[in-house]
Amino acid sequence: MITAPALELDGVTKHYGSLRAVEGVSLSVQPGTRHAVIGPNGAGKSTLFALVAGTLPATAGRVVLHGKDVTGMPEHARATQGLVRTFQHSSLFLKSTAVENVALAVQRQQGAQWSMLRPLRRRTAILERSRELLASIGLADRSGALAGSLSHGERRQLEVAVALGTEPSVLLLDEPAAGMSAAETARFKQMVLDLPRAITVMLVEHDLDLVFGLAEAVTVMHLGQHLMTGSPADVRASDEVQRAYLGAEDTSDLFPQEAR
Amino acid sequence: MRGRIGYIVALLALLSVPWVMGPYAVATVSKILVFAVLAMSVNLLTGVSGLPTLGQSAYFGVGAYAGALTAIHLTDLGPAQVVIAALAGAVAAALTGPVAVRARGVPFLMITLAIGEIAYSAAGRLDSVTHGTDGLSGIPPVVAAPGLAPTVNEGLVFYYVLAVFLVLFGAVALLLRSPFGLTLRGLRDNEARLKAVGYHTTAYALVGYVIAGAIAGAAGSLWASAQRFVAPGDLGFEVAALALLAVIVGGVGSMWGACLGAAVVIVARDYIGANLSGHGPLLLGVLFVAAVYLLPRGISGGLRQWRRPARKQEVAA
Amino acid sequence: MLDWFDTNLVSMVDGVAYGLLLFTLAVGLSLVFGMMDVLNLAHGSLYLVGAFAAYALSDGSWLGFALAIGVGMVAGIFGGGLLAAMTAPLSGRGHLDQAALTLGVSLIAAEVMVMIFGAEVVPTQPPDALAGSASILGHRYPVYRLVFIAVAGLLAVGVYVAFERSSLGALVRATVADRDMVRAMGVDTRLVLFGVFAFGAALAALGGALGAPILAPGPGVDENVLVLSLVVIVIGGLGSVKGALLGALVIGQVQTLGVALLPTYAPFLLFGAMLVVLAWRPQGLASLVTRS
Repeated sequence: MITAPALELDGVTKHYGSLRAVEGVSLSVQPGTRHAVIGPNGAGKSTLFALVAGTLPATAGRVVLHGKDVTGMPEHARATQGLVRTFQHSSLFLKSTAVENVALAVQRQQGAQWSMLRPLRRRTAILERSRELLASIGLADRSGALAGSLSHGERRQLEVAVALGTEPSVLLLDEPAAGMSAAETARFKQMVLDLPRAITVMLVEHDLDLVFGLAEAVTVMHLGQHLMTGSPADVRASDEVQRAYLGAEDTSDLFPQEAR
Repeated sequence: MRGRIGYIVALLALLSVPWVMGPYAVATVSKILVFAVLAMSVNLLTGVSGLPTLGQSAYFGVGAYAGALTAIHLTDLGPAQVVIAALAGAVAAALTGPVAVRARGVPFLMITLAIGEIAYSAAGRLDSVTHGTDGLSGIPPVVAAPGLAPTVNEGLVFYYVLAVFLVLFGAVALLLRSPFGLTLRGLRDNEARLKAVGYHTTAYALVGYVIAGAIAGAAGSLWASAQRFVAPGDLGFEVAALALLAVIVGGVGSMWGACLGAAVVIVARDYIGANLSGHGPLLLGVLFVAAVYLLPRGISGGLRQWRRPARKQEVAA
Repeated sequence: MLDWFDTNLVSMVDGVAYGLLLFTLAVGLSLVFGMMDVLNLAHGSLYLVGAFAAYALSDGSWLGFALAIGVGMVAGIFGGGLLAAMTAPLSGRGHLDQAALTLGVSLIAAEVMVMIFGAEVVPTQPPDALAGSASILGHRYPVYRLVFIAVAGLLAVGVYVAFERSSLGALVRATVADRDMVRAMGVDTRLVLFGVFAFGAALAALGGALGAPILAPGPGVDENVLVLSLVVIVIGGLGSVKGALLGALVIGQVQTLGVALLPTYAPFLLFGAMLVVLAWRPQGLASLVTRS
């Protein structure tokens, strides 16, 4: 059964002068899947995400969202189309509360962002949805806290909640578990697993436990190029992938056998 | 709650001004209120949206001339003059804003500075409209509401200015608590993230800029009504710099701080400066330097530190 | 066509003189902003320091003129160093505080100069030997301005070469591009910063001393000069010497030839020029000449 991909990349390339950060990456992400992008440091994963989201303009190639070519669209336009990213280093509104952070995304999504006279406090639709999202990622009791006062793990969670506030159809998570403790990572994994299938999730991650516990499809990048895309089992078994990570050394400990 | 009491006390104090002060002092407080409105417009851009500006004097001037010309040729009804002046300020901001709003930070500051200077020289040159450097005089006294007599008495002028000030202060407070206000603060705090969640940030910056222009224009109309004279000096660089100083002294981001800062600046220039045999600018310069070194977060920031133990986060006004 | 040039030749030459004057002022401002991320709103005051030195010391003789230039530059360097020292503690605090501080300093400086020199614009005479006018292509033209164009032109070339070709210039450019990297290489960037601040200030004061016969000192002139410098560096591109030169020449023409051709629109020409350039090249004219 063939369904149209949620996201298609066709020859996406980013050159900085003679530096080829991302070179001709093509791949498809099926709707509703949890698709991970892995690769050694410097593989170009975060740059790829920035190109997909539109934070960086591509040198060449196309990005197609649900059959629509969004390559020419700036980042904010792609976000309104449902393609939303989170940031590797939490990018929040530190002087606002957690609920206000999420509300910024929700209010735009609900079309209330131009409202100038009615106080936010009275806009129950926005606040309820924001609190709902905070609760779904486990921050219900911190909704009134300033984002600047949240712990690192809490900020990573809020980071995702803000993105969810836009009701995305394709969610790009950029190293969401970076800096999280084991317990926080486990909670985070469950949160992603609980996300509705209506949202297609793509994530860049270094934590391979998390990746193999979540992902249904895995793309491996190396030196800016697409190395392979396949099921977690195929990727684990691939010699090419293991060589990319560690050269030709013994890599039997690299990919744990059972992480789910 | 402590904030509420502060507002009530301030309101009562203001209402009693014409009863406890002489005419010169009352006129000065009127000036302070007008300047406070201008400072609020500067704060809306600088403190709330993160767009530091030295050009609001341009829209203040547009509003002053628009209000004055309306008074001379159209109607002496105050509220009508204020509305027309605010519209004029908004239109001027809409025409000049797009160039400024593509920039951020220091380039934005520079562009607004240029806008202010150009408005100043335009005011001096467009003799047919503004009477050039002679200034626009013969502005009839304002009629505060239909049916009332023209306000000539300083006390009545003060109440008129106070009424408009309160309306504008309330409107700005509402704006800040609204979703759009949250958007402007988002623009200041993390524009990149705002874009990433779908906001075309330049559009919001422009709307904020136009609103600030309208507020500055309204302030200009009040100035014309209070002074009964408008000249290019009223929209020069010094005015823009004073307004910025007021915001810095009061605490960037805080509206009541901006109003308090306006009071400090006007009193310093007009009262203390006058006593220093006209070396007002010198005192102002010293104030700027002192404020930057000694009051890094302005008066409101200093007070917040002091009150911190008991306070809970609230949406700032 | 030739007729048009003939009628407007004087304005155009004036424009070149004015443009080169603006360059000497704007280049220091641009470098300081590019390097230290500091907007120095006291830059106009530095011009006045040099210009008042010329007014006070230039008595028509060459010696007086040389003295004026020397004293002006020393005072400028001193002023630049003072400003650098005053803005140093603010480095973490953002542009607004720096702008406010330098604005305060400029207000103080302006008032001090009024106290010393009075509240009027004081016309300044060039050295007697250059005080006449010459006949060029059928138009009379002040000799001093022609000499100024030559000298300022040489100065511009000198600054450009020093900046773009010398190793010191390379160090300065590197610090503009990535201060932390230069620091990691072991260079004390504070010295580079102070040096640039002082250099820019000296250049501004020199511009003032040389330019006083063209743009006389007085209250309000510092504001004028500051705004023009800011417009020049905004359209030229921040932190760029080439950009400052291009921008200055453009603005010089706008303020002379432009005003001569369209006197009623004079105040709007500046803004219009800024609008046109920024709409066409938002990063400034420098991007035209450099590979990005």
